[in-house]
Amino acid sequence: MTVLLALDGLRVEFPSRRGDVVAAKNITLELNAGEILGVVGESGAGKSTIGNAAMGLLERPGRVAGGTVTLEGRRIDNLPPEAMRQLRGARIAMIFQDPLTSLDPLRTIAEQLVTTIRTHLPVGEAEARRRALHLMEQVGIPDPAVRIDHYPHQFSGGMRQRVVIALALCAEPQVIIADEPTTALDVSIQAQILDLLRRLVKDSGAGMIIITHDMGVIAEVADRVAVMYRGDVVETGPTAKILGDPDHAYTRSLISAVPRPDVKLERFPLVEHIESAGPRRDLDLKTHWLGQRRDYQEVDGPLLAVEGLQMLFRTGSLFGGGRHEVRAVDGVSFDIRKGETFGLVGESGSGKSTIARLITGIYRPTGGAIRFAGTDLTTLRSRTALNRHRRQMQMIFQDPYSSVNPRMIVRDIVAEPIRFHKLAGSEAETRRIVADLLDHVGLGARAALKYPHEFSGGQRQRISIARALATRPRFLICDEPTSALDVSIQAQVLNLLKDLQDELGLTMLFISHDLPVIRQMCDRVAVMRRGQIMEIAETEALFERPQHEYTRHLLDLMPKMVKAGDERRTAAG
Amino acid sequence: MLLFVLKRLAQSVLVMLVVALIAFALFRYVGDPVDSMVGQDTTLEQRADLRERLGLNDSFLVQYARFIGRAATGDFGQSYRLRQPVDELLAERFPATFELSLVSAVMALLIGVPMGVYTALNRRGLLSRGFMTLSLIGISLPTFLIGILLILVFGVVLRWLPTFGRGDVVQVGWWTSGLMTRSGLSSLIMPAITLAIFQMTLIVRLIRAEMLEVLRADYVKFARARGLKPRTINFSIALKNTLVPVMTIIGLQIGSIIAFAIITESVFQWPGMGLLFIQAIENVDIPVMAAYLMLIAFIFVVINLVVDVLYFVVDPRLRVQGR
Repeated sequence: MTVLLALDGLRVEFPSRRGDVVAAKNITLELNAGEILGVVGESGAGKSTIGNAAMGLLERPGRVAGGTVTLEGRRIDNLPPEAMRQLRGARIAMIFQDPLTSLDPLRTIAEQLVTTIRTHLPVGEAEARRRALHLMEQVGIPDPAVRIDHYPHQFSGGMRQRVVIALALCAEPQVIIADEPTTALDVSIQAQILDLLRRLVKDSGAGMIIITHDMGVIAEVADRVAVMYRGDVVETGPTAKILGDPDHAYTRSLISAVPRPDVKLERFPLVEHIESAGPRRDLDLKTHWLGQRRDYQEVDGPLLAVEGLQMLFRTGSLFGGGRHEVRAVDGVSFDIRKGETFGLVGESGSGKSTIARLITGIYRPTGGAIRFAGTDLTTLRSRTALNRHRRQMQMIFQDPYSSVNPRMIVRDIVAEPIRFHKLAGSEAETRRIVADLLDHVGLGARAALKYPHEFSGGQRQRISIARALATRPRFLICDEPTSALDVSIQAQVLNLLKDLQDELGLTMLFISHDLPVIRQMCDRVAVMRRGQIMEIAETEALFERPQHEYTRHLLDLMPKMVKAGDERRTAAG
Repeated sequence: MLLFVLKRLAQSVLVMLVVALIAFALFRYVGDPVDSMVGQDTTLEQRADLRERLGLNDSFLVQYARFIGRAATGDFGQSYRLRQPVDELLAERFPATFELSLVSAVMALLIGVPMGVYTALNRRGLLSRGFMTLSLIGISLPTFLIGILLILVFGVVLRWLPTFGRGDVVQVGWWTSGLMTRSGLSSLIMPAITLAIFQMTLIVRLIRAEMLEVLRADYVKFARARGLKPRTINFSIALKNTLVPVMTIIGLQIGSIIAFAIITESVFQWPGMGLLFIQAIENVDIPVMAAYLMLIAFIFVVINLVVDVLYFVVDPRLRVQGR
């Protein structure tokens, strides 16, 4: 086998005022022809740094401080910029994560392909266009002769990623580095793109490095895997070996933290080796404020009943032209029983988040009823009546970075709902409650005086959870609460949610696109597609005996990580 | 495309009607038009008669409609001060202001855009830092001070350039042009620079900030990863994307060059509309003020319309609504 790309003792440093940050230390990797090498690790592990260093695209002030990069037997890390530019795209190419932002919005696909081809190959305009058409065919874009003159915004996300791949392949590079190529895509599109990448590597004999945080993707496409942890490759080996029988303790705990699609566990196994969230100080809920005065009207039936819910969005303007309706939610009905976790699963655009917004009253539905504890929320008009109900339900959002106010200290963020609903007698009591809440979610009372930017994504999500608990709600809506987090942090946050539910008897609506997470978290699940519910079932029944065709389709697409060594995995936790 | 332009056109008409309402209110209700027109010794009957003849006793809507009708044909009545039709006064002064604005707008763009691009591409370069410091001075110095300094240096001390007026002009139909004579051109230099400096520094900073943003975009990174030539990346991709959002502001700035040439015109005694307007304010010459207001609004509306159409040409995302 020929070695296409070799990293030997590569060290990448980012000089900063507080000294050099070492993003990658002593990395030694080889990529062979016809092989897909997976590089996996959590955020900050240095995965992307390796790719950028190999391409000569390190962001300033980052620099290669040691070691070598060899491409097809030729050392390239010390090439002058112009020589390196000529290699980029011609011999070594890169695919980026987000297809929506990777393409120049102002030029047609044809222009972008032709410029790239003519940069690297001595061909004329007509020949370049012919090649461009061929490339589009190769990456599976239907009707290339017409589509080639379209602009990027006229393509869907999956199709744009195909265009990105076509652009990377323009000059038939021998090495392709794909940095999270499917992270921004839905599962069904992800499966297609991974298929495409595998086929391209097989047909061309090129080598590919896939950089990802997703063990499922690794299991699907990689021949070999390198596991990265804090700038270091801790383990390299064939995919089956790494996933089934890892040697390094970090790999073991990382794999065990991935939600299992095949069996439901009581709690997620926690990963050692990571920032831990400090010990939780449990409160005596019988006497504490958080457990008291939960004087909500008790109900016999379901806590929340949604009947024939409908939401139309109208686009277009008063002057007409391009006016149409979008049925985001189209006749949805379901019940959520007291104390259960109800899951909503579906691909992007299926209407999951819209339902969450309708229930909390961010949108007003165009039809149907939302009964919460027997009261139809859609008929409430007065602010006081609405506030009384809103106090009982709280929401946790997906993005931990934008869902807390960066200019407020954590104490004020968490105290805001208490102050708004006047739930505490005095400022001193409010402060005491906030301190207890922060303790309870594992942040520690001392976090109260800090600002959100001092916390990591997982810790910020804990702030959101503390804020949600601050109204003493009985109903919690979690909209993709962990999809922006690394698996190990995800495991911690999901465990915390489970603990809180047990202690406080919360009812939860849990929204996610991630089927394994749904299996671990939910009692019952509704599968959504294009604003409608396809199937509602007990979680275990849904995963074991899916009734609807679309459910089966989704389950088939779910990346299966485990191929061998199943017992070993359970033991690792 | 056509529908879009028609829609914008309809909105422009609406804007003009609102501005006309303000201009009309100014004309009709700031002071009594009859008092402004007649002398001290006019009798009450004559006044009432004049009032009737001018239609000032008609209902508000009728008077407004009549005002718009006249304005549409360029008839704004007589200047109280100069006893000449306002439209003739403006037509006489317009070429001076227009030539001054045009030259300084071109100057601001031709110098400002390349400087902005240069400072964005060579962010740490010594020259860039120099440009940025200069632009800070340019943006913070008031226009009249720059004008007076220029007059002092080039007019009084060095005696290279004339310090006031337009120089010799050539008559082309009703248009008077100073661009074709030596003295006209040399008179133009200092006012044009004075007027251009603020806009230019604004454009430099705007282009630089936007371009730095674009250079961080994923599609620029991806273009680098494909090994495209730096020239292609910087100009075909980055500059084009930079210009899309900057276009609106540059358009409005060109509008304000015309509208706010007032100070420059006063400093250099430039016989343009701005000077006329200042004199109109001093003498409460309401018809001139109303007409000036309408004209400036019209210029802004036209520039906005042109910018909107340009957007349509440059940005394909606007051409297809939805997918």
